Amino acid sequence: MKLHWILMLAAAPMLAAPPTVIRNANVLTVTKGRFQGSILVRDGKIVEAGEKVLVPEGARVIDASGQYVMPGIIDAHSHIASESTNEGSISVSSMVTMKDVLNPEDIAIYRALAGGVTTALILHGSANAIGGVCLPIKMRWGKDAQAIVVDGYKPVLKMALGENPKRSGVRQIGVAIPPRYPATRMGVEDVIREAFTKAVAYRQSWRDYEAKVKRGEKPLPPRRDLKLEPLVDALEGRSLVHVHCYRADEILMILRLADEFGFQVKALIHVLEGYKVAKEIAAHKATATAFSDWWAYKMEAIDAIPYNATLMMRKGVLVSLNSDSAELMRHLNQEAAKTIKYGGATEDEALAMITINAAKQLDLDHRIGSIEPGKDADLVIYDKHPLSNYAKVQKVLIDGEVYFDRDRDVSERSAQEARRKALLEKAKELQKKSGPPSTRRPS
Amino acid sequence: MRKIAILLLGAAACALQAKAPAVFAIRDARIVTVSGPVLERGTVLIRDGLIQAVGVDVAVPPEAWVIEGKGLTVYPGLIDALSTLGIAEAATAAAPATRTSARAPTPSPTPAPAQTPATPSVTTQPARGPEDRPSNTSWVRAADLISPADRRIETARNAGFTTAVTFPPRGIFAGQGAVISLAGEKAGQMVISSPAGLYLTVSTAGFASFPGSLMGVLAYIRQIFLDTQQYRLAQDAYAAHPLGAKRPAYDRALEGVLESPRVLLPATRAVELDRMVRFGAELKKKVVLYGAHEAYRATDVLRASGTPVLVSLKWPERSRDADPEEEEPARVLEMRERAPSAPAALAKAGVVFALYSDGLATPRELIRAVRRALDAGLSQADAVRAFTLSAAQIYGVADRLGSIDKGKIANLVVTTGDLFQEKTQVKHIFIDGIKFEPTPEQPEEVTR
Repeated sequence: MKLHWILMLAAAPMLAAPPTVIRNANVLTVTKGRFQGSILVRDGKIVEAGEKVLVPEGARVIDASGQYVMPGIIDAHSHIASESTNEGSISVSSMVTMKDVLNPEDIAIYRALAGGVTTALILHGSANAIGGVCLPIKMRWGKDAQAIVVDGYKPVLKMALGENPKRSGVRQIGVAIPPRYPATRMGVEDVIREAFTKAVAYRQSWRDYEAKVKRGEKPLPPRRDLKLEPLVDALEGRSLVHVHCYRADEILMILRLADEFGFQVKALIHVLEGYKVAKEIAAHKATATAFSDWWAYKMEAIDAIPYNATLMMRKGVLVSLNSDSAELMRHLNQEAAKTIKYGGATEDEALAMITINAAKQLDLDHRIGSIEPGKDADLVIYDKHPLSNYAKVQKVLIDGEVYFDRDRDVSERSAQEARRKALLEKAKELQKKSGPPSTRRPS
Repeated sequence: MRKIAILLLGAAACALQAKAPAVFAIRDARIVTVSGPVLERGTVLIRDGLIQAVGVDVAVPPEAWVIEGKGLTVYPGLIDALSTLGIAEAATAAAPATRTSARAPTPSPTPAPAQTPATPSVTTQPARGPEDRPSNTSWVRAADLISPADRRIETARNAGFTTAVTFPPRGIFAGQGAVISLAGEKAGQMVISSPAGLYLTVSTAGFASFPGSLMGVLAYIRQIFLDTQQYRLAQDAYAAHPLGAKRPAYDRALEGVLESPRVLLPATRAVELDRMVRFGAELKKKVVLYGAHEAYRATDVLRASGTPVLVSLKWPERSRDADPEEEEPARVLEMRERAPSAPAALAKAGVVFALYSDGLATPRELIRAVRRALDAGLSQADAVRAFTLSAAQIYGVADRLGSIDKGKIANLVVTTGDLFQEKTQVKHIFIDGIKFEPTPEQPEEVTR
């Protein structure tokens, strides 16, 4: 009996870390307006958010007087934290999965944190008409590859259209690469149609097998095909389809193709000419994840305009802004602010483009993307309004835990520099002991 | 001198024909059995290539050639746990590995064993997927490739190695390893155990051919292992009822996977060790990880999964051609500094590990590398165990190798003191009961 008590006492702090209260903050909830008040966080979740929140006994209090709190930024398109970019050898590479190659020690994770990002969809590149399986991570810096993955996530199947999968510009790399089908946009369409046709047949082979088993027969199971399984998942709605695209014609193509096979295009990535076909995008219930004002960097980006995001939004398309870059990722708040200049988005609309809208594109909006009771306590504290150029991230919480603290970061810099110097000294010493490295000679 | 030559010839002949006994007794030596306590003064009796007796009061038969062991220490012969020794082709293919695995600030992605050419086995047609079985020679056995003529064998012997686990070096599915003795008249006599395991690498072919990325390689390996399960089902079903059934195609790439008792996966950094432990669990085979320089940060996951590791003795260092102006991240510097502490950390955590030379050729280089591990906290006893019994256990040959016990293969090394000390000399080497003397080492070549 006594032992039980001791065990419970020992376990208690692990089960329930003290609650956290962020006090006196300008709270930008994104979905429920703005107020001045507090947020109560317990067990990694937002419990209460309002003008008057009772501070429970023993709570850790973060005073945010004069500061701003918003939901953690969600980047719907990032390539950080991974050790592979492209399986560029083939046009349908859906057997690959980003889960295999996560690198939780990529410094870009910490830098993204410092820019207020708490969640990002980690994708491979766009060298393939059908790429592979991608997944969202939280910036839980210091945790291992398993622990940074968003629990209960829905996998994302990434596809790509246009210049990248048809390999325009590959010759410029200057490496002798054997030619690869397809070389045109119509070829890209053909590759995707062929792959899904095979996936449908593959799905049927498993259905036939299961029917036979049900009848009491003992047939040999079909060969498991890791390339086709993700396509079946997409057809069955078990995964989300995100499609890299630029031009209006290819956007319409993929929407038609999706309708033909009966899968949902969840998000169109980049979608630079989306403003031309916004109605059609909305009709398919597809969403868009775009750049704010990146254009003219290649031929298929020629018709891009900075008004794209707001124009699509006004036509009923859900729009998020993404980074596609470890650098841009660190100031997505400024990218959001640009939609106010280009197209007159409201503050909430602008903030939604880097929070709740991206959450919806990942089917995670019940968990993240706004400040509401019951949601994950993924919060960013800025010293100024996050849509200001002068705003600096002060603290970032994920699941209620502080993962970035600007003061701590600044104060630790000298210690880290000293550690680096000590390591360099040690390396030098070792070099002295073992003599200079022998130099390779031309033979 | 002549006598010795005759003796050696005789011993070799005996081993060949196993008719006349070849008997040695190392008397009154310090004996490090590894499996049991150290005998401060004992005798090892060798007969017909095997250890006939070991102990403090072993009677020396009159026919034995006696080695007075005063001042000498007897160890089990060292095992190089991952090498290409005996495969002469691997010695000549000296192209350094260039690989395209990581964009991350990677100090050193897991290297393939020394002198592995990066390009996978030559295919005329670019591979279009796992079905083309690219970079796959899983059916190739090291046992069929080795030759006693590989000149590196003698150098390894001089360092105290009597045994090596040697692998075909090329490709993602490189092939089946073999545990070999580092001496023999003919290749067949050298082989102790085969196949010892399937050696996998993550070498990639870029955009030219599948797989061109780390994620592609992992997907490929996963598909091959799934195909192997399917293959076995299909083959078994056909063998049971061939009449009226469609014959499944023979697939040598899958045959190789089927026959391998274990797989070796590359993992040098902590992230890779963590990744490969989880990935290995999917393959439903025994997994051994090699590289392991950052294992000091991954002992928890290794212990929890019971994964044995092979630690490369080629400690990471700044590339000779590195830009002197380049600022290296602290993480890279730290791994370079701490890698030699990996063996000590593994020993402390109770993870089974062995060491491998990873191309360090001369005894001097090897001792220097081991000394760094000792300086970083590895005990002498754990170092010896890692080179002997642990290696034998990892490859499932501890019933015949790895310690000085009655009935085990007489692969021994006799030294003038503790192993891995600069002053200690290797006096004799016994391989399958045949005595070798180390050739004097050349003075260290200084190239500036």
